[in-house]
Amino acid sequence: MMVTFTLNGRPASARVLRPLSLLDLLHDELGLPGSKAVCEQGECGSCSVILDGELVCSCLVLAADVEGSDVTTVEGVADEEILNRVQQAMHEAGAVQCGFCTPGIVVAATELFERNSNPGPAEIKEALAGNICRCTGYGAIIRAFEGLAGR
Amino acid sequence: MTTRTTKAPGRVAGGIGESPLRPDGVAKLRGEFEYASDLVSEGMLWGATTRSPHAHARIISIDIAPALAIGGVNAVLTADDVTGRAAFGLEHPDQPVLAGEVVRYWGEPVAIVAAEDEDTARRAAAAVRVEYEELDPFVDPEEADAADAVFRRMKIRRGDQEAAGPVVVEGFYEVGMQDQAPLGPEAGLAIPDGHGGVDLYATSQFVHVDQEQVVASLGLRPDQVRAHPAGIGGAFGAREDVNLHIHLCMLALHTGQPVKMVYDRSESFTGHVHRHPALMWYRHEADEEGKLVRVEARIVIDGGAYASTTAAVLANACYFALGPYRCDSVAIDGAGTRTNNPPCGAMRGFGAVQVCVAYEAQMDKLAAELGLDPLEIRRRNALASGDVLATTGQVIDTPLPVVDVIDSLAAMPIVEPDFHPLPGGSGLTTESHHVKRGVGYAVGIKNLGFSEGFDDYAQARVRLTAEGAVVETAAIEVGQGLVTVLAQLARSGLGIGEAVVRHVDTSRIDSAGSTSASRQTQISGGATLEAAARLRERILEHHEGDQLDDEGVWRGGDLSVPMAALVDEGWEETVTFRHPDTEAPDDDGQGVVHADFAIAGHRAVVDVDVELGLVSVVRVDTAQDVGRALHPGAVRGQIEGGILQGVGLAVMEELVIEGGVIKNPNFTDYLLPTILDAPDVEALLIEQDGSWGPFGAKGVGEPPTISSTSAVVAAIRDATGKDINRAPVRPQDIAL
Repeated sequence: MMVTFTLNGRPASARVLRPLSLLDLLHDELGLPGSKAVCEQGECGSCSVILDGELVCSCLVLAADVEGSDVTTVEGVADEEILNRVQQAMHEAGAVQCGFCTPGIVVAATELFERNSNPGPAEIKEALAGNICRCTGYGAIIRAFEGLAGR
Repeated sequence: MTTRTTKAPGRVAGGIGESPLRPDGVAKLRGEFEYASDLVSEGMLWGATTRSPHAHARIISIDIAPALAIGGVNAVLTADDVTGRAAFGLEHPDQPVLAGEVVRYWGEPVAIVAAEDEDTARRAAAAVRVEYEELDPFVDPEEADAADAVFRRMKIRRGDQEAAGPVVVEGFYEVGMQDQAPLGPEAGLAIPDGHGGVDLYATSQFVHVDQEQVVASLGLRPDQVRAHPAGIGGAFGAREDVNLHIHLCMLALHTGQPVKMVYDRSESFTGHVHRHPALMWYRHEADEEGKLVRVEARIVIDGGAYASTTAAVLANACYFALGPYRCDSVAIDGAGTRTNNPPCGAMRGFGAVQVCVAYEAQMDKLAAELGLDPLEIRRRNALASGDVLATTGQVIDTPLPVVDVIDSLAAMPIVEPDFHPLPGGSGLTTESHHVKRGVGYAVGIKNLGFSEGFDDYAQARVRLTAEGAVVETAAIEVGQGLVTVLAQLARSGLGIGEAVVRHVDTSRIDSAGSTSASRQTQISGGATLEAAARLRERILEHHEGDQLDDEGVWRGGDLSVPMAALVDEGWEETVTFRHPDTEAPDDDGQGVVHADFAIAGHRAVVDVDVELGLVSVVRVDTAQDVGRALHPGAVRGQIEGGILQGVGLAVMEELVIEGGVIKNPNFTDYLLPTILDAPDVEALLIEQDGSWGPFGAKGVGEPPTISSTSAVVAAIRDATGKDINRAPVRPQDIAL
């Protein structure tokens, strides 16, 4: 079947001939490598995208189900800038090490700061509780977003 | 002869001691950084692996016809197709490239396939028909020890073996099997070169040893295989051993097409080695002041089915069996057993983690027996530079600030975090009147670099180019920030602000050694700094200049050779750096076995729901011996990340093995700490001159994991009053 949807603000379509996750469609078929396959069962958040305004794990969404939807991936969060404010804050705080969790955290934090520009420590941690990072111990990630809050 | 006085390089922006931003940070934040799992090549096939469903079985027959009959399948290969050495291994080649007669662990590769797409490859791998005769899996490490099924035994005897003290504590301790769980899966792409050779781009911590193993098992000449550093999503020891590397090259050369393979998460859990589970029996004897008089220990770590690095991990566990403490009468016996459990090998801390759980619990028991403060008993026994390591008798000739670490921990205030959830999380699980607070301390020691006489070296090349200084290396960046720190060292060594790191393949530079043992900053860093400094010296000598900077060579206050002219001259310098010699131990485990050591101490604060057995780690404070912090931000990143992996081992991370089968090979059942599990961390860096690393730097990657686990377990004991002697601590260990 043909699936037609909005991807990072532009029209996109793909022929989906097999049971395919949105993650596989993005990563393997549409050439957007930012969403990462890590656990493929919705535990780690490395494949996080924004689907019709909701933060979801793209590994748990069937590609066929995004017909008519609006999808934003890490490749689409920064508009015209090189880095959006969430990405810039992470860069400056040293919140990136291996970087495999980074796109998912960027997407989750972008979604958080869009709905709440001044989150407290508890809100930041709750918002990122679905994103596993194995390198940083989260310290620099928390410092990045606590520094951004209210700015 | 003319006398020439050169000035030391000026302070360079982005040099050592600063915390410049990661050069790969923007690409990683934008999702554009290319990891091994993102690689594509035109006409590429996908590979997949047929794995044993049994922990121990004889292979009666393998029928590949059903797999070959599937449309789109290009190749199905078995042990019969291995043209060179049939086995591989980081230290001993004992692991079959593909099992032909017997499978010895659950998930062992039996066949590999290449097909047009990933789904077809996986279907074909599942269609290979293997007939097995199941054998009893041999899974009990103590039985293996008794049956002498061991990869290595260690015996350490030092001092008067009749020594005895009036205060005696004994204990049995157990550490479960932890997984590195790097987020990036095992992945790679092999591209045939059309002349019988192959280029390999795969997840790795050590491309030169991958290259050697591919060469051996494919029966090729060394110049026919080039292993290229590829983008890595974390490692922590999981990428030292070969897994898909030989398979990919076999498939690529067999089909004549590029072949890509990516393990899924459950396959990743069988595709790499794990941290060794350990069983440890200890007896400490002390005098009335609490000074250690004698320590005896028996340590059994289970290596599983194949050797990997078990021999070295066992040795490390035994060398650091007492921790950073003095003692003149020592008897340690160790065994690294061979069973049908999953193979175990390198993980951050490499044997020093497991014993720390035991020796620090013993120190706490001694303190309790003597009515001493836990820090005081450690202070009274603390090793220092100039002392001998209690196990090997080696005189420690680099800085060893054990007392400083202890005093720093004692002086750090316990700050209540802004927000910390109850042990059961935000829901209605934990009632606050069931929560008890506990505080625990632990101090750990680990060697830096390779030991026991291993020729430990790294080569680096520094070139002057139009884009500035370029550092060429095969040292793997796993996320730790090596690409940042090598550029910093090049800047500070040359006096030039523009510097970048470029990874090159195995044909273009000699080995950098493994990204492990906390060694790259010291050893590849040492090579980079020396290459940069020598290059600077040669340029200044050639042009009779007194200073070099981004503009060029200066003489007497005038720019005498502009940078563009220097670039045209094609300057480069290649250096191979070695750390001080070490030696293999004698029969009693004695000798100058290690090149350097690092110390870290941790204080953990926990809240425990004593009814439900749930733990919330509130904060972990640390003081760490870093020599010199070349990039303080990255050092902090290593400390916080290492502590959280230690917290994971303390309270949640354990591979559950039954009959050799991993019962929880996925992120739903193998629990990893989330941001809500992460304690606040205050870190104090202890900087002292005297180590042989660049500018006195020590490796910083592993020390944060050595004693953080022990400190958390100690804090749980403090909260509960229970004699808990295992990690991870499970709810039933607290509540039942």
